[in-house]
Amino acid sequence: MSAAAHSVVEPSTTSKRAAATLVIVYALISMIPLFWIFATSFKTPPDSIAYPPKIVFTPSIEGYCNLFTTRTRQTPEYINSLPPATSFCDETTRKRNMVIAGPSNFLPRFVNSLIIAFGSTFCAVFLGTLAAYGFSRFRVPLADDLLFFILSTRFMPPIAVAIPIYLMYRELGLSDTALGMILLYTAVNVSLAVWLLKGFIDEIPREYEEAAMIDGYTRLQAFRKVVLPQATTGIAATAIFCLIFAWNEYAFASLLTSGTAQTAPPFIPTIIGEGGQDWPAVAAGTTVFLVPILVFTILLRKQLLRGITFGAVRK
Amino acid sequence: MTDTTSSILDRAAEAAARATPETLASRVRGLSDRMVAWLFIAPTIVLLLAINIFPLIWAIQLSFTNYRANRPNEPIKNIGLSNYSRILTDTDTWIAMQATAHFVFWTILLQTLIGFSLAYLIDRKFRGHAFWTTIILVPMMLSPAVVGNFWRFLYEPQIGLFTYVVSFFTGIPTTDILMLSNVTLAPWAIIIVDTWMWTPYVMLICLAGLRSIPDYIYEAAEVDRASNWRQFWSITLPMALPFIMLAVLFRGIENFKMFDMVNLLTGGGPGSTTEVASITLKREAFEKWRTGFSSAFAIILFVAVFGLANIYVKVLNRVKSR
Repeated sequence: MSAAAHSVVEPSTTSKRAAATLVIVYALISMIPLFWIFATSFKTPPDSIAYPPKIVFTPSIEGYCNLFTTRTRQTPEYINSLPPATSFCDETTRKRNMVIAGPSNFLPRFVNSLIIAFGSTFCAVFLGTLAAYGFSRFRVPLADDLLFFILSTRFMPPIAVAIPIYLMYRELGLSDTALGMILLYTAVNVSLAVWLLKGFIDEIPREYEEAAMIDGYTRLQAFRKVVLPQATTGIAATAIFCLIFAWNEYAFASLLTSGTAQTAPPFIPTIIGEGGQDWPAVAAGTTVFLVPILVFTILLRKQLLRGITFGAVRK
Repeated sequence: MTDTTSSILDRAAEAAARATPETLASRVRGLSDRMVAWLFIAPTIVLLLAINIFPLIWAIQLSFTNYRANRPNEPIKNIGLSNYSRILTDTDTWIAMQATAHFVFWTILLQTLIGFSLAYLIDRKFRGHAFWTTIILVPMMLSPAVVGNFWRFLYEPQIGLFTYVVSFFTGIPTTDILMLSNVTLAPWAIIIVDTWMWTPYVMLICLAGLRSIPDYIYEAAEVDRASNWRQFWSITLPMALPFIMLAVLFRGIENFKMFDMVNLLTGGGPGSTTEVASITLKREAFEKWRTGFSSAFAIILFVAVFGLANIYVKVLNRVKSR
């Protein structure tokens, strides 16, 4: 067990303290960009581009207002003729001589991200569980070659894959559709799912199913009622890894979607205000987009190592 | 409820099985193991063949032609190997390969040094090390595109936080620190972001390597009065080496095909100073629409990655047996 490591050769208190200081300094420095995203999302546009950069500022939700709306510039006379503002967003927009024209594309793009990420994760984990069980329990001819083939598809450069996929989807009418993206992400994620889940299923003793089969279960019943419940943790961890990949993916999304099926990552960089990038709105979009991942990272922290090494390193 | 129903059904099926001849019985009892194995594995293989292998074969075929995807009605001419020979002799490709090599070399060097040092420090097991490890891991889980995009803001010449901090410590005026548009600085701008993002990855794998070293080896070294320095070079480093290799190979492959972060930060510019291979590929395929030519380039990249992946899996299996 890792807890018992270095029990005799325990590092001295001084060296521990020095190590702690260095690690904490690194951790804090590496958090600055994320802190800055969060802080910027609560700044007003003038505050966000102030020099020197403002660390203390009056928080405002203008960035979030701008993220979810589109606005048009109007004359002061027109704005004065309007009925009183009903919401905070209305009010701040009017102060900048603008009125809210309608909802922005952020919400639909965010929903696309959700649909595509969850859809592809479900398919990848479903297929991956079956295949992993197959490889784990049966003598499959050329199993090592097949497993290598499955993994190697994940190493393909996305742009290299995107060229023929682009042509194929154009022929099949899958360009810029959620279905096309789900299929593509499933194919990328299934390799990770198979490798990770094979590791998890390998850890479940065969004896359990064998006992169940002696009791009269068929192979499929044993799989469903004995193996699947035992593999729940592994399946959940795998699902989160697939979800994070699909959620974060940019290369395919930016080349193969342009409108209806566009996900959030290619959309967020295109959020612009008057006279350039609307940084508070971009920061707000980034914050909204990152929060689910932060939650998942904390949930996953014990399984991270497994996930990033395709199940090879288990601690 | 359903459990009892299904168990009644099972029992009924079993009774029926007992009453039927042998071959039929095995069918009622369920599919044979071989059938189950193929039934379980086939869908994955079929999907990968359809989404990965079929397009790949198509790309190979296109790589011998002058096809352009934006002019689908033009006749396709077979031009043999000339796409390949053009790529290998073209100076632009070599410039792209140099930019890629510069990026891969420095990111891996920095990430391995910082990542291993952090892992070594965390392995001192000070109080709260688990918490700080989780904090350090956060950047690598985030979307390189979305976070990379935000770094453009940090790099802004006047108002960016990064430029401000650098100018604060060096005294260089902020207007002179053009991280993304200066020819010398831009390659470093992308190296910094990648290092910030992926050092935790190397750290996590190195940490696993350090923790895999059994205590008794250090105890024996202690008995032999080996100095700390000696212990590090003859125990710690060699025993963690397969793990470091694993991390280096994986980062090497990933950064060799780097696209998202660079595309958003510099888009390959200024000029083509940060034009790594994937950016060149995107420009050729989706901006100049030289589909045949870019397919050939894609195949070359793929062969290179495939070779690296082969080595990676070998190291992976070696680490696995530890």
